[in-house]
This record gives sequence, structure tokens and C-alpha cells, in this order.
Amino acid sequence: MTRPLLEVRDLNTHFFTDDGEVKAVRGVSFNVQPGETVGIVGESGCGKSVTAMSLLGLVQRPGRVVHGEIIFKGQDLLKLNKKELRNIRGRDIAMIFQDPLSSLNPVLRIGFQINEAMRAHNKIPRRDISRRGIDLLKQVRVPDAEHRIKDFPHQFSGGMRQRAMIAMGLSNKPDLLIADEPTTALDVTVQAQILELLRDLNEQTGAAIILITHNLGIVAGLCRRVLVMYAGEIVEQGPVEQIFDSPQHPYTWSLLRSVPRIDSDRQERLLSIEGLPPDLIDLPVGCKFNPRCPFRVERCFTEPPVIEEVAADQQAACWVTMKRAYEDMNAATIEDTSPGAASGVHPRGLRPEADPTAALAESPQ
Amino acid sequence: MTDTAVSLLAVTEPILRVVNVVKHFSAGVGASVKAVDGVSFDIMPGETVGLVGESGCGKSTLGRVITQLLPATSGEVILDGVDITKLRGEKLRQQRKQLQIIFQDPYASLDPRMTVGDIIAEPLVNFKMIGRGKSKDARVQELLRTVGLNPYFNNRYPHEFSGGQRQRIGIARALALNPKIIICDEPVSALDVSIQAQIINLLEDLQREFHLTYLFIAHDLSVVRHISNRVMVMYLGRICEVAPSDDLYRSQDHPYTRALLSSIPVPDPRIESHRRLVELSGEIPSPRKPPSGCLFHTRCPIAQVPGVCADVVPPLELKPDGHLASCHFSDQVRTKIAVSI
Repeated sequence: MTRPLLEVRDLNTHFFTDDGEVKAVRGVSFNVQPGETVGIVGESGCGKSVTAMSLLGLVQRPGRVVHGEIIFKGQDLLKLNKKELRNIRGRDIAMIFQDPLSSLNPVLRIGFQINEAMRAHNKIPRRDISRRGIDLLKQVRVPDAEHRIKDFPHQFSGGMRQRAMIAMGLSNKPDLLIADEPTTALDVTVQAQILELLRDLNEQTGAAIILITHNLGIVAGLCRRVLVMYAGEIVEQGPVEQIFDSPQHPYTWSLLRSVPRIDSDRQERLLSIEGLPPDLIDLPVGCKFNPRCPFRVERCFTEPPVIEEVAADQQAACWVTMKRAYEDMNAATIEDTSPGAASGVHPRGLRPEADPTAALAESPQ
Repeated sequence: MTDTAVSLLAVTEPILRVVNVVKHFSAGVGASVKAVDGVSFDIMPGETVGLVGESGCGKSTLGRVITQLLPATSGEVILDGVDITKLRGEKLRQQRKQLQIIFQDPYASLDPRMTVGDIIAEPLVNFKMIGRGKSKDARVQELLRTVGLNPYFNNRYPHEFSGGQRQRIGIARALALNPKIIICDEPVSALDVSIQAQIINLLEDLQREFHLTYLFIAHDLSVVRHISNRVMVMYLGRICEVAPSDDLYRSQDHPYTRALLSSIPVPDPRIESHRRLVELSGEIPSPRKPPSGCLFHTRCPIAQVPGVCADVVPPLELKPDGHLASCHFSDQVRTKIAVSI
């Protein structure tokens, strides 16, 4: 295999707050191959956005990358000074954010903002810039690009603004595009168009994409590989088909069963994951998922699991893994008991009578 | 015998009838935004009816008009046989007791300076249904337990709770008056995936236990279809299709429903790899200047323009597969609009 475009090794990003050290990202390692599409999924606070910000040196105080290596095309980005990093950011690695309105300057024309990105990096010859600005808008399918390029951001709809952001990101022909929840603020029909656009652009330009999302469906549609993050760590990673077919970490397994699917025939009860994600200042000992895991064993409370190969090209950090959980109980038992067992919801008020403080799954933060 | 017959008959009466409800907002001199433009439907007791649509389609406005948080421009909202749009003051208050609402944002919908106990008891105090002290605490604790929270949290403040827990508090408040029907306005869209499932399951459990009726408003069609018996799809202030949830994925009679379904990503890479999107041209038109004829004709892949679609408003009518749809060419939706869903 070719040398990875990006190698992240043991990345740790912490925030030093008044309340304590928030260990937002811990021991994250992964590779991105040239032209590859990688999804990072997880819930809010799992560290997916902080990981992306760390890659670009955009973590603000009180946060800091405390340890790790980010090797992009053979160069450790963490060893670069501000100026050197600025030459890479927006040129070789571009980023698009969730909210296109707050990422665009409201008093500057769309065209100016796209062209500015090109002028800043001197990668595109000056005389080609304005022509390329229009071509880029056409490429991201903004209708009537010659005229719309003179519009201000408020004259664009939400979907069009995100297209303009993507055009800006692609303007310097980057090798890597990081998209942080690029469609979360958009309606589903517009979301589908933007995702299709990203898919096409990946094929046409060969730029690798890291897509950060909480939506498993989006990962399934756009990405070839997926990293699942929980409480600041990667708990599972591998090819998309494999992870969705045979997830080995109980968190991945539960997450896939907790979302209603539009194509499912049976209106079965959703699996709900008991409790809340842990406090990143005061993490549980052992596996960070142990308070919520339906398959935990004693070892999970004492030793943090190491991420290791569970199938070809698939790694998970779990002492049990779903393969063993299915073997231990027969498969049918897991399916039957988990929705009730894992729900932690006792709406009929049956459980709390005996011990009102202990029996309840949730406690305030 | 006759008693049974009478009660059966009573049960088949809709609990809520929305008749030709219109809500226009004025937008400058001589202009108006037609947020809700002639919507009618019934909800039967114990039923969950879903209402989906994209932002700006009028679904939340409709929820607020039904609860009379916004006055209707015209039309009737008949709750348990009484048109509440005609009621004012104390009469409205008493009738509306049966109808409660759960809001989208669990941070904005709870007063940060009230304890959870006071928040949940407020409706009871308003209607003088409890005194202070012990009886109030007992009822609040019962409600907290019902929604799966620790009953001894009644003296805590909302900021001490997570988003999912706050949404449970909002649900407990809605249950306090033993309502017959609850309007759920995007109750899970601000929550994380694993917490969404907890709240959806809770709403389903409560419905069984207290025989509740829900109008479930959301933009996420997967969630709406999961929880609802029937789904109504709204576009630009009008309902374009009503279908049983079980059937909606298999057959659609309105091109917009089909486009919406084709846009929803499914967490399955194999299905996603051969997804085909229904291309909708252009953007959602401004509700200030809605298109003539069929509201969807400007974006519809099978519209006949110029022709009937641009000139004639299609009525919401019964189609052969049992759906209600407002499309002149509903028989062509499945054959002419290719999707791989």
C-alpha cells in the first residue's frame, strides 16, 4: 500500500479548565490514505471535532495537544511553527464547518472570499484566480455562477452557502478535506445533495475526505472507512461494510440499534443505551464505556482495553467483543433481552420502590 | 349492551379535529406569509399522528395554532367536541387542560430559576389541583418516577441535568394535568442518538400506560415513522400526503414524499452504495410568494408546466392505495420517478 497521506499517532488533546483537566482526546491513532474517505462518528463530547481541530492546529486555549504525532505527507504538523502551519492549512488541508453562515464574512462578496483563499497561498496563478472562482462555483453546482459570485452570503440559501464553503475549501486543490458536520444545519433534501456533491468531488479531484458526523447513515453513504469515538477514544475502526455488518464493540453495536431506520419493516422497540457519557474530567477506571455496557465483565472495571485486531483490518477496544458476547449467550438471547435490559428506563415506577437512590439509572451531572 | 354500544361509538369520535386551519402572518404592508394554508385532519384517541416537513413548512406553527399559543387566522380546532378557537379566557384554559405540549429545546423550555419540583407542579398550582407541601411533593415525585428520574431530585435546578433528563422533566410537566393529547414539537431533535432512543421509548411506554394521543412533529422522517401510526407530510403550509407509517416506505403518492424518502441516509453501506436521489430543482420557494397551482410544481420532476400543475391547486384526496395525496399525477409518481429505496 502507498504511504498514508496522514498518520495520526497517539494524539492527546486536553483542556486545562478551572474545574480540572478535560481529557477530550486520548491516544487517538489512525491513517488516511490518499483519496480515501474516512468517517469519524460519535455523540457530542466524544472528541471527534477536537480531533479535527488538533489536526489543523486550531485548538484554542485552554486546550492544547499534549502528546502525539500528526504526520502529513512525511511532515509532523505538531513540530511546525505558526507560519509553516498556515502554509498548509487552507492549501493542502482544507476544512469546512457545520454552520456556513457564521463561517462566511457577511460584508464580503462570495467571490471575493473564494478568491481570497487562492490569493493567500499562491498555488493558483494570479491571472487564473477569478476564472477559477466561477468554475469552482459551477463545480459545486451553484446555478448561474457568473452572477451569483457577486452575491453576498445573505443572498445565498443555507445549502448554497455550504456549497460556497466547499468551493472555497477546494480552491487550492487540497490533498485532504476535513468536513465537520457539514450537513447538520441543513434540511434532508439539501443534505442529500451536498453529500452527493462531496462524493462526486472526491472521485473527480482525488482529495481525501475526513467526515465528522453523528449520523451513521451519512457515514454509510460517503465513507470507505469509519472510526467510532466514545469519551475521547477510538473504540472501533475498520471498513464501513464490516463495521456496520459485524460491529465488535458494544458501543458501536448499540448505536446501530438505537436509531430508527426508514427502511425497517418492523416497528420494533429501539435499543437505548443506558445512562450518560462519562465526565471527561473524572473518567471511569478501566473501559470508559463500562457504566453503560450491557456486556461488561469484571475485567472492564479494572483494566482499560487496548485496541486490537478483531477481524481483518478491523480493530476494537473491548475485553468482550460482540463475537464472544454472541457465543456466550446464544444470539437470540441478546436480541431479546437487550432492549429492555439496556434501556435503564423504568417509566412504570416499578423499580425505585425498593431503593429509590440506587435503582435509578441516571443521576445529574 | 346498549352501554357498550354507546361507548364504542364515542370511542370512534376523533379526539382532535383540525378543520381548514389557516395561519397568516403579516409581513409588511399588504403582504403576508401563509405559514399554514388550509390544513384539515383528525386524530383518533390513542393514535400517534406524525407531522414531517422541512424547515419553514409550517409544522411548528400548526402545533402552536392547535394549542392556541398562536391564534388561528381562520378555521376550527375541535378538541373533544368543542371548537377551542372560539373560546376565550377561563373557558379556553379549562378546555385546553386536556392538551399539553412538549418543546424542542430542553434548555429554553425550563425556567432556570425554578426547581424541578416547582416546574412540574406549576400546571397543578395554576389549576388549583393541589395544595402546597406534602401532597404536592408526593405528586411531583410520582411524576418524576413515571418519566424515569430519581423522585428525590425535585429540589434541584434544571442546570444540574443533562439534555435528555431535562426533556424528561418537560414530559413530566406535560403529564401533570393528565392530558388526553400531547403535541410533541421536535422532542428529540436536540438530543444525541443514544438519548433519542431513551426518550422515544419513554413516550411509547407512557402512551400505553396513560392511553395518550400524540401529534408528533419532527423533521426526521425515520423517527416520525417509527413512532407514528399515520404520517402527514407538509410542504409550504399545506399537507401533501397522509399515509399509514407501515406503507409509506413502500408506496408514495406525492413526488415530494418520494423525494424526501430518497434523501434519508440509511445506516447500511450496501443500500447506500446504490442510492439514487430524486433531483429537486431549485430551492423551497418563499412562503411570502408561494407558487400558483400546486405548491410543489416549481421543483417537481413530473410537473406539467405550463399546464394543470401550474394552474390548478390539486385537492388532498383519497388515492387507490388508501393514502391521501394532493397531486394531479399521483398515479405516475412510482413509475416516473426512479429511486432505489
